[in-house]
Amino acid sequence: MSNLYQKRKLTDKIFKGVFLVFIILALVVLAALIFDIFSKGFVMMDLDFFTRFDSRFPEKAGIKAGLFGTLYVIGLMIPITFITGTATAIYLEEYAPKNKLTNLIKLNIANLAGIPSIIYGMLGLGVFVRTLGLGRSVLAGSLTLSLLVLPVVIVSAQEALRSVPKSLRNASYGLGANHWQTVYKVVLPSALPSIMTGFILAISRAIGETAPLIMMGALTFVMFTPQGIMDSFTVMPIQIFNWTSLPKSEYELVAASGSVLLLLILFALNGLATFIRYKFSRD
Amino acid sequence: MKKNKESSWYAVLFDRKIRHMNSKSSSNKWVNYVLLLATLISVFTTVGIIVILVTDSIHFFAEVSIIDFLTGLKWNPLIEPNKSYGVLPLVGGTMMITLGSALIAIPVGLGSAIYLTEYSSRRFRKIIKPIMEILAGVPTVVYGYFALTFITPKILKPIFPEIQTFNALSASIAVGIMILPMVISLSEDALNSVPDSIRQGAYAMGSTRFEVASRVMVPSALSGIISSFILAISRAIGETMIVAIAAGMRPQLTANFLKPVQTMTGYIVQVSLGDTPVGSLEYYTIFAVGLLLFLMTLALNIISHWILMKYREVYH
Repeated sequence: MSNLYQKRKLTDKIFKGVFLVFIILALVVLAALIFDIFSKGFVMMDLDFFTRFDSRFPEKAGIKAGLFGTLYVIGLMIPITFITGTATAIYLEEYAPKNKLTNLIKLNIANLAGIPSIIYGMLGLGVFVRTLGLGRSVLAGSLTLSLLVLPVVIVSAQEALRSVPKSLRNASYGLGANHWQTVYKVVLPSALPSIMTGFILAISRAIGETAPLIMMGALTFVMFTPQGIMDSFTVMPIQIFNWTSLPKSEYELVAASGSVLLLLILFALNGLATFIRYKFSRD
Repeated sequence: MKKNKESSWYAVLFDRKIRHMNSKSSSNKWVNYVLLLATLISVFTTVGIIVILVTDSIHFFAEVSIIDFLTGLKWNPLIEPNKSYGVLPLVGGTMMITLGSALIAIPVGLGSAIYLTEYSSRRFRKIIKPIMEILAGVPTVVYGYFALTFITPKILKPIFPEIQTFNALSASIAVGIMILPMVISLSEDALNSVPDSIRQGAYAMGSTRFEVASRVMVPSALSGIISSFILAISRAIGETMIVAIAAGMRPQLTANFLKPVQTMTGYIVQVSLGDTPVGSLEYYTIFAVGLLLFLMTLALNIISHWILMKYREVYH
């Protein structure tokens, strides 16, 4: 009896150890990744790295084109995605009739979130670049990325709207507000911090996306910054990808410099999202 | 319990009344239409994807039979002579990466999720969560770079001296790391959704923590856990940049993880980076491969949703 008990205890201890090792393994990998990239990234990085264009010589290569391209594409994408994503979430949560069609739309959105990003690149190529004739422009890139992150934005905004207490709505109706006034002046402001948290995380995902923009024809070697939304462009992750594929070994360090910049931007956005969630969390 | 039910019944009635009032007001009608318009974008996205993939694939399948495409063992669409359009080497490459990454992410992910829900202290969980979010936020191009410049030369080369610069193993490991946070957080959600009374009941019977986890919690949350595995696998199938950077560009049917392979996504990237003329048969190959990729991930997403709906234990 006590023998069996000890055996069970031992099994418990062993598995506890195994599971802990798994988590530590994940942490070690993350630490190795960050250490590896940051240690290589600062070797060739200087201030000129941010103000120079790409080059055939690794020591002269800079990320200016990608940095500005990312700023343009993401800057244009933010209002498009925020407005359509929030509007869709409001419709689904507050206005849509509860029937099979609405359920189908919700199922469709869940499903869109699982489609590989490169397929969105094909969609962007087919619809924006070719059919609508936008060419390989900043606008086409923004719209493509917008469609890519919309499902995530919608689902997180829906959750945010759902978490607004019913009592707030009822109080608003009680004061004689109509539906839209209630949604716009009571529900939306109350849900805004959560909506922003999900939205910022979606933006940081879009900043790191490479495949859909390569697919829709963003350039890899660019010696200019876009001047308008119809100009061609490149983005930071595409430049990093391009540097990893070049044979000269110094480009490995240039790619690391680019990765450092990209990671720092994403960590900052991640921190901002966590801060908003922490600051406005309802308990 | 009964009181709860009643109040929710009032809520439904109230909700309906509000909706009814709104349908009569004209300004609310306009709001309704504008919001509906935004919602339709997501419907058009799905329709757009299907139309683009199917219409461009038709050009391809006009010249290559579907049977040859799906059963052919050789993929050589770009280089003359002896062009051939058998997609299986690409599917095989995708399967290798997917299998390899699942073998890493599923046990590690489930084990970590069990540790976080059953063993760890609150404080430990509070530290781990944001770190996992960082891991989830690393762009895939950075993972690809890490696989090519760190995992292969620093970790794998000393163990397997014959490993090639581009290989399936390093890409599998990197994809496994990439999908790990997803497996952990979805499995954790599934485990957390099991009511505490069930867990306490098992402890009251004198079970150890491992017995509670393995015989009670995991079986109770199984539908959510399996659906998280399937979603992660679907993500691995569609992963592009890691394999484009680290796995190589050689479409071949092999089971050797130390050799380069090409996946479906890797091929699509290769063609879109090259100067394949628009409208040529080579150009349309990417849409045929894309359609197959879309159908595979769609099937997995549907299966995952179906498991979640059909086998979900509903607790009151």
